[in-house]
Amino acid sequence: MSSSDMSRDMSTTGMGAGSDVSGEPRSNWPLFEVFLRSKRGLNHVHVGSLHAADATMALHHARDLYTRRNEGVSIWVVKAADITASSPDEKDPFFAPSGDKVYRHPTFYEIPQSVPHI
Amino acid sequence: MTGPGAESGPGPQVGPWPETGARPLQEGIGPVQPGLGALTSGTGVAADAGGLEQHFEETIARDRRIEPRDWMPDAYRKTMIRQIAQHAHSEIIGMQPEGNWVTRAPSLRRKAILLAKVQDEAGHGLYLYSAVETLGADRADLTDRLITGRQKYSSIFNYPTLTFADVGVIGWLVDGAAICNQVPLCRSSYGPYARAMIRICKEESFHQRQGYELLMTMMRGTSAQREMVQDATNRWWWPSLMMFGPPDGQSPNTEQSMRWRIKRHTNDDLRQRFVDMTVPQAEALGVTLPDPELRWNAERDHYDFGEIDWSEFKRVIGGNGPCNAQRIAARRAAHEGGAWVREAAAAHAAKVAARAEAAA
Repeated sequence: MSSSDMSRDMSTTGMGAGSDVSGEPRSNWPLFEVFLRSKRGLNHVHVGSLHAADATMALHHARDLYTRRNEGVSIWVVKAADITASSPDEKDPFFAPSGDKVYRHPTFYEIPQSVPHI
Repeated sequence: MTGPGAESGPGPQVGPWPETGARPLQEGIGPVQPGLGALTSGTGVAADAGGLEQHFEETIARDRRIEPRDWMPDAYRKTMIRQIAQHAHSEIIGMQPEGNWVTRAPSLRRKAILLAKVQDEAGHGLYLYSAVETLGADRADLTDRLITGRQKYSSIFNYPTLTFADVGVIGWLVDGAAICNQVPLCRSSYGPYARAMIRICKEESFHQRQGYELLMTMMRGTSAQREMVQDATNRWWWPSLMMFGPPDGQSPNTEQSMRWRIKRHTNDDLRQRFVDMTVPQAEALGVTLPDPELRWNAERDHYDFGEIDWSEFKRVIGGNGPCNAQRIAARRAAHEGGAWVREAAAAHAAKVAARAEAAA
């Protein structure tokens, strides 16, 4: 792991409430986000995160942590630092462009009741 | 079927159209939060704090979840970090009392069950550490706070497990009380915590049932075994009632936590619910709960029960329970003894990554 990876990891895992206290060494295992496909035919869904030294270990840990009762048939892990996320605020104008495009919804179009199968 | 906006988005009936045009995209990208990862909660934006606070309050009022990168008041963040961290620590320390019996379980069946249960407790701790990290807490720092005694865990785990019947009684009473506490937390206002609780509650049900079944088996055994069950019940009953925390009059955080919908019921409400659920289970099992004042009150439609010894609760929480020092020493030894493994794995990962880079 390069030193730039380390600093990214620190920024992802947080500016903890007391990251300044104690001289103890910090875990230098990066944070991975875990996605599970619960069964064939369904999408992978985010289930949580874990720390691991590398991606292979992250997969093994994810199996032990998130699929102890056959909750998954496939696992993805990705370094949290590699994810780019949109701003969370639901009023965020980021999503505004789709707000007024009502013609994208089927109910926008009026079709007479007498027309079948549409 | 209508479009995806059924709940909050615009349906065809809402909003002026086509007069209002889409706003330009570049205007809309949210504020950048330097120094914070994409999935970790930010500190919010200082500008327009009033509006942010109002949005937070409205989200709570509409019973929606607060998600990691949403703006939230500092006190809410601090309360959530403290509560989730204490909960995580409790799961991790909670492995010890039962782990004590893994090597001495009376059959392979019981040993396999107990191993699975202790492994679940580890898993619950990790789900919760994962949730608390979304608030900006650091996992290594939390462990450090636990082993240096600066953060607490549930006082129940400071009692010893003297016989194998304790394993059953912990499943029945301790996990039963935990379920009572945790089921309402599945609707807690902080999304990652609520989702972790849903996962945990599903697994706790196995814990409680295996404990009760273990006790039923012992009650069908010899009189010595029945005495063991009664003795374990006597020792764990009152500490289990203390798990719900101080009485409402002495729980200063409850009101704010309920306003923020972190908690949904008061300590005393949950305690009463637990007593009401447990009395018939004790009768079915054939044990006596060690409280002479325990009786049905038809007027209240609840069981009355005796006064809890809160001085004992304070003593154990304050670090002077029978096993406090032992629990922390074991956690510290595991953490420090594992340091070389964590370092070796990190060194190996760095070597493999460097090799792959050189080959590319």
